[in-house]
Amino acid sequence: MADINTINKDFADLFNQGNELLLEGSSDVMNETRKNAFQDFSKLGVPTRANENYKYTNLIPAFDHPYNVNLKYQNVDVDLNEIFQCDVPELDTNMVLLTNGWYYGNNKELTELPKGVIVCGVQEAAEKYPEIFNAHYGKYAKTDEDGIVALNTSLAKDGFFIYVPKGVVIEKPIQVVNLLRSDRDLMATQRNLIVVEENAQAKIIVCDHTLTHHKYLTNSVTEVNVARNAIFDLYTLQNQHLNSVILNSTYIRQESNSNVLSNTISLYGGTIRNNHHVILDEEHCENNTFGMYLMDRDQHVDNFTSIDHAKPNCLSNEHFKGVMDDQASGAFAGRIFVRRDAQQTQAYQSNNNLLLSNDAVINTKPQLVIDADDVKCSHGATVGQMDEDALFYLRARGIDEKEARQMLMFAFAHEIIEKIRVEPLKERIDELVDKRLRGEISKCNTCAIACNH
Amino acid sequence: MLSIKNLHVSIEGKDILKGINLDVKPGEVHAIMGPNGAGKSTLASVLAGRDLYNVTEGEVIFQGKDLLDMEPEDRAKEGIFLGFQYPIEIPGVSTVNFMKTAVNEHRKYKGLDPLSASDFLKLMREKKSLVEIDSKLTNRSVNEGFSGGEKKKNEIFQMAMLEPKLAVLDETDSGLDIDALRVVANGVNKLKTRDNATIVITHYQRLLDYIVPDVVHVLYNGRIVKTAGKELALELEEKGYDWIKEENGK
Repeated sequence: MADINTINKDFADLFNQGNELLLEGSSDVMNETRKNAFQDFSKLGVPTRANENYKYTNLIPAFDHPYNVNLKYQNVDVDLNEIFQCDVPELDTNMVLLTNGWYYGNNKELTELPKGVIVCGVQEAAEKYPEIFNAHYGKYAKTDEDGIVALNTSLAKDGFFIYVPKGVVIEKPIQVVNLLRSDRDLMATQRNLIVVEENAQAKIIVCDHTLTHHKYLTNSVTEVNVARNAIFDLYTLQNQHLNSVILNSTYIRQESNSNVLSNTISLYGGTIRNNHHVILDEEHCENNTFGMYLMDRDQHVDNFTSIDHAKPNCLSNEHFKGVMDDQASGAFAGRIFVRRDAQQTQAYQSNNNLLLSNDAVINTKPQLVIDADDVKCSHGATVGQMDEDALFYLRARGIDEKEARQMLMFAFAHEIIEKIRVEPLKERIDELVDKRLRGEISKCNTCAIACNH
Repeated sequence: MLSIKNLHVSIEGKDILKGINLDVKPGEVHAIMGPNGAGKSTLASVLAGRDLYNVTEGEVIFQGKDLLDMEPEDRAKEGIFLGFQYPIEIPGVSTVNFMKTAVNEHRKYKGLDPLSASDFLKLMREKKSLVEIDSKLTNRSVNEGFSGGEKKKNEIFQMAMLEPKLAVLDETDSGLDIDALRVVANGVNKLKTRDNATIVITHYQRLLDYIVPDVVHVLYNGRIVKTAGKELALELEEKGYDWIKEENGK
């Protein structure tokens, strides 16, 4: 097994030898950001378990593998629009595709978007809309704090860009589907930017799907800025195969009176690490950060979150729930910072876990750092088995044990699903989770939302 | 209908029931009374199939079948209903979904097709009015945030939905104000037929003013020490349990 120094050196070689390809097609701002990020990466490297923030997730086995890396867009030999169709009739979305983290060159034009809304690739955005792009790109993701984020920024070439102008309300959700499709094991770097302007509203659904059985490592970073009075939802659905590694870092900055809801649902994946950072940078923001993970076999999930109350009078609700079976392992870390002047902060956090086997493991760690004195904060974490009294109650009414367990697990998970603010998506996720808990989805090569088997 | 013979039950090595004999016939209402710790709730739980208890001796035959050999869900489908002393709150499971699943499991057991959504809702409405339960309660998660009285009413509502042959009501009166008690008792009385039977387990005589028993048993120290007509309940109310304890050499 390679040690961490070899892994880091391989990335340094990739960066230096591939430098020409990395710079090609990227804007000056991207390349300047890249250069600085690589300096950070050189110091930080891929995080190991010696790093307190990565104590429960060992990334060395994930990185210790000969992946193929694409430093430029690879033409796709088939029409992905044909291969991939989201056929949930009720879920009417504006859908765009990504291929291995790159904005797909043959996306259908989104004809129903309101005027001024931009949905395109990051490379294209950097070139065509520099004023918007340069104001936000690299401004929120902290390359000096996390080696994974520094690595992403060093290698970032493309991803999706979404811009919602001032006052524009997008009724239909925008659905971004990243298709992993390769004939070799692949590491994909994806870099996304979402800018929601003042008083605008948008809902975005992001899904990942593996179309072939190869081993994939996806390292994605999404930066989001939500301006004053804007309302923004981000739903992330993770459904890859057991041989995949998902590293997903999201940085959300909120301005005054904005309202953000994110819901990260991990249904399947070999190793999943979600970094979720929120900064409430102006007053009267509301943030809702939800997540759910359903893990079995040898799957691993780690949700690392931080909610930074930088200004007074903001509200944050954070709730993650997980069901762990077999030898699955997981971690949750929830940091809440309340800065010195952030009076009248309300910050609530909880993490509840259901362990279905003796071998499943969860490490949960709430962490509140409060420097203001007039605040309302709470946190709580639970780890438990199925409630035997509730199980007996259901059985005593004639419901067989398997179904009773199913009902209880589903009820447990539903608390997170019901927070979804897109009705057809909520119903679909309900069905998916029901199937997933029944063991009926083992791996799905089509869109999990659309999958009917 | 129900025949219990020489039933011995222990929990964690401690003997709780020490040779219970009881026969219940269709159409009958039996009351089982007794002081705290006598084993009343254990008897109810064992009949419903709770696996915390060990049956060390004896048999329970229900309609010709060995009840102790069955899973709790099969006992329910055979017609046993336990009204819980402490009904469980189940957040996230709606009462509608719970009852629909249960009713359809019962129907499947009888070889019947599941009820259509509209037939099911019709049945719900009927039974709700029968037991005077508020729609607000059935629209919520099972027992979640219910008051004590609401929980007990919900037990009777479930009983009405499932139409058991033998209902075992474990301290259904505990914690009920007089109005709720009346509602619960009325529900039980309305559901009574010539073919079903009820075992009412209670500490106090009050409930028996409303649900009139054919037979009253006194359970003490794991045994049925006295069996008589309904007048026994009044005697217990008046004299308490001390004379029973003395008679049985405490």
